[in-house]
Amino acid sequence: MADKLKFELVSPERLLLSEEAEQVTVPGTEGEFGVLAHHAPFMTALRPGMIKVEGGEEGDRQVFVWGGFAEVNEQGLTILAEEAQLMEDVDMTALGQRIKNLEEDVADYEDPQRREEARDRLWHIQQMFEAAQRG
Amino acid sequence: MPNLKDLQTRISSVKSTQKITRAMQMVAAAKLRRSQERAEAARPYSERLAGVLSNLAASTKGSPNPPPLLAGTGKDDVHLLVVATADRGLCGGFNSSIVRLAREHITRLREEGKTVKLFLVGKKAHDMMKRQFSEIVVERRDFSEVRDVGFDYAQSVGDHVLKLFNEEEFDVCTIFYAKFKSVVTQQPTAQQLVPPMFSDSESEAAQAASTPYEYEPDEEAILTKLLPLNLNAQIFHAILENAASEQGARMSAMDNATRNAGDMIERLTLQFNRTRQAIITTELIEIISGAESL
Repeated sequence: MADKLKFELVSPERLLLSEEAEQVTVPGTEGEFGVLAHHAPFMTALRPGMIKVEGGEEGDRQVFVWGGFAEVNEQGLTILAEEAQLMEDVDMTALGQRIKNLEEDVADYEDPQRREEARDRLWHIQQMFEAAQRG
Repeated sequence: MPNLKDLQTRISSVKSTQKITRAMQMVAAAKLRRSQERAEAARPYSERLAGVLSNLAASTKGSPNPPPLLAGTGKDDVHLLVVATADRGLCGGFNSSIVRLAREHITRLREEGKTVKLFLVGKKAHDMMKRQFSEIVVERRDFSEVRDVGFDYAQSVGDHVLKLFNEEEFDVCTIFYAKFKSVVTQQPTAQQLVPPMFSDSESEAAQAASTPYEYEPDEEAILTKLLPLNLNAQIFHAILENAASEQGARMSAMDNATRNAGDMIERLTLQFNRTRQAIITTELIEIISGAESL
């Protein structure tokens, strides 16, 4: 089997995951990308979305992120999330409520550029929410 | 000779004080464990972030116009000091040692002819600074509405600092807090936030690992997002360290107070017994000498 990728996910509150996996799919601002072992050094910002860990120590897992950064270097992949939750810990009703709040926020923004950004963000979160409800 | 009744009241009042300090010590111990865990859990994030940032800073070194949040405004005339303390007292020298460090900085900066502005976090910082420095306080926050300080709280502090920076209200920003070393030692610390300072080991590591990164979207776009995040993370880190230090300081202060009260009770009880014995002896002497004279 191919080498494993060392993967770490940290949120401001704590170290969420630290394990070895075969592949991790990360939602970058410029599109989703998969990281395997020996990936070239790479850094990107993240949009809200789902991180998919495949072949990890506890099988496949999904993690919800609200944005942040991903860094790939020789040591492996480090994700600095602004906020992250393991899929199994996500509280759907609370999330639904948050989406409603964000919808209101979007309507309140005066500055068109900021409104656009917020709407973009919201759209990704909604996508994620729907995907989570289906699965 | 002090009378017995007075001694008795004093003993019982010291006893109830001891009960309170003991209870506070136990509460502080329980809270300490929790806040220590939180501070430790948050450490990887700010460490990794600082690592990523110093990598990035090393690779963008020499670019024509670095973002001011990283490289500074090119001046250091106006200093913003973020002084973070607790909301409550009764925790030994915790609050006053942070305030003292900040005060020393203010005096030194003023001697150098700089302008100083203050951002006070925590009620005690305001209580202790308002007499001397009320005219330079630009903003203050406290923890009365938050139970557990979350990242969003640090974010609101960080956003305000950022707003001030964008309005060119200051050139250099430093945060004051107490680093948690152990239950008995807390180290008051000053850490420069803007422009960020990297410790030597970090920048050396960054130089060693100066593999060319690929950036997406591009270096500047990432930096403009990463820098505010780093600011928030450092503030969050400082506040968590502070919370652990506060509980540690309170725990040892209350431990001392409890022990002190115990000593005092012992002394007072001894005095009480002696006085009582003296009274009994005098009474006996009176009775005997009365009987003899008959």
